[in-house]
Amino acid sequence: MASILDVHDVTVAYHHRPVLWDIDLTLTQPCVAGIVGPNGAGKSTLIKAILGLVPLASGQVQILGEPVSRQRRRIGYVPQRESVDWDFPVSVLDVVLMGTYGRLGWFRRPGSRERDQARRSLARVGLEGLEDRQIGHLSGGQQQRTFLARALVQEADIYFMDEPMAGVDAATEATIFSLLRELGEQGKTVLVVHHDLRTVTQYFDYLILLNTRLVAHGPTATTFTPAHLRTTYGGRLAVLDEAAEAVSAGERTP
Amino acid sequence: MMTYNDWIVLGGTSLIGANAGLIGTFAVLRRRALTGDALAHAALPGVCLAFLLVGARSLPFLLLGALATGVLGITIIAAVQHWTRIKADAAIGIVLSVFFGAGMVLSRLVQDRVSGGTAGLDSYILGKTAGMLREDLYLIGSIFVLCLCAVGLLYKEFKLHTFDHGFAQAQGWPVFRLDLLLMTLLALTVVVGLSTVGVVMIAALLIIPAATARFWTERLGVMLLLAIAVGEIMAVVGALISTRYAYMPAGPVIVLVGTFLFGLSSLFAPRRGLVARTLSERAFRQRLRLGTLTLEELEAENNR
Repeated sequence: MASILDVHDVTVAYHHRPVLWDIDLTLTQPCVAGIVGPNGAGKSTLIKAILGLVPLASGQVQILGEPVSRQRRRIGYVPQRESVDWDFPVSVLDVVLMGTYGRLGWFRRPGSRERDQARRSLARVGLEGLEDRQIGHLSGGQQQRTFLARALVQEADIYFMDEPMAGVDAATEATIFSLLRELGEQGKTVLVVHHDLRTVTQYFDYLILLNTRLVAHGPTATTFTPAHLRTTYGGRLAVLDEAAEAVSAGERTP
Repeated sequence: MMTYNDWIVLGGTSLIGANAGLIGTFAVLRRRALTGDALAHAALPGVCLAFLLVGARSLPFLLLGALATGVLGITIIAAVQHWTRIKADAAIGIVLSVFFGAGMVLSRLVQDRVSGGTAGLDSYILGKTAGMLREDLYLIGSIFVLCLCAVGLLYKEFKLHTFDHGFAQAQGWPVFRLDLLLMTLLALTVVVGLSTVGVVMIAALLIIPAATARFWTERLGVMLLLAIAVGEIMAVVGALISTRYAYMPAGPVIVLVGTFLFGLSSLFAPRRGLVARTLSERAFRQRLRLGTLTLEELEAENNR
């Protein structure tokens, strides 16, 4: 059986400065995976490299046994919230409908079927009733959930989420968490760029530790260890204390 | 009393304005408005070269010249950004002034070499509506129809691409080719408007309709229609004023008319206008002061 994700020898560099160095990563089982590492470790770049949004200096990526360019319809994507202009003249429903564009193909416009789908997806993230609102009139958390709803209507097998929990309220984080669990139960694979070490054990069953190189990857239970975290974060003590706390907290919960 | 020629001029300028409103909306939303400006300035040397080669005014040939150096200009902007560490605004500034300078020098050469041709050339700098021919009207009309068809067919693709480039790419849309198509439509729009509005003012014809339309709506489709209307109105009213007073150059008058519409909208548009925003802010403070507002009410209002 083809592996779900196969990243082979991938290196990405901007102006000769390596951002990702020789990444080899294979996921064979569906999982909800966190991509964790310090600032500038290349976490977002890894997602963008997999999706073909940044040029690879070397290496190749396969998703479900095929090059990414042939698997676009099986991929869902949640970009960073800051990557778009929220004053753009579109409604919440318009944005969510964009998730159906890949399926629709050239020239065809979304119809009532797609709109129903988009409404259901908005209900799943708790945004029912906000369909017609211009996206700039949403809170940060609601904007993030709009992006999640858009990814959900893509009906993908593998999802990539770039810092979905950055700067969101507790309600949004809870929604994202239950969504991750739901997607995991449906046998989907989700890769999430994440920066809060305290919630790693709670959210993810798989962990990818990154600092330009791939430091370690594997089930969270065996990968989220002080030794691995020290290698990932170097000597940053505050982070390590936080991590140690998180690790021991993780050990206490059964 | 309107003559046949007046109708040609009005038809042509209204189509130019409508086209600039349509394509300008995407340019403004994609933050490419200044690229349109650079393209216009870079088109001037092309117009002059075409003048030197043909020796007379032939619109299709002049537009071909304009298109050639205009596209060369924006290609250089892209190349400078790609190969050096110079940022977009500086790259645009360099190309814009160098090409405009070259265009001005070439226009002096045209004045020396081509007898009687300079009157036509001047119109490319500040714009002139008189002297538009029926063939010109057909050319302008067909470019507007082309832009209208492209946007009509690819509305969803352009919308996604303009709003969220990365997501469009992740979904597998050929974003580079979509960008190229939009740039081509922008180039055609600029070049076809050059002789009427002029090199210096064309950016305003791209930006003002879109910026004005944005005040009145939160929907892209409505914004496009409004921008077309605003572009058309400012072009027609400006052209009427400028033909009435022979010493008035068309470009600046069109831009002033547009600025008037923009000013009205920025003040009096519902919700986004300055007056509406000030009033609602004042009402909000009033309610806070009177203590008639609870936090729960406010949250409910924001989630409505």
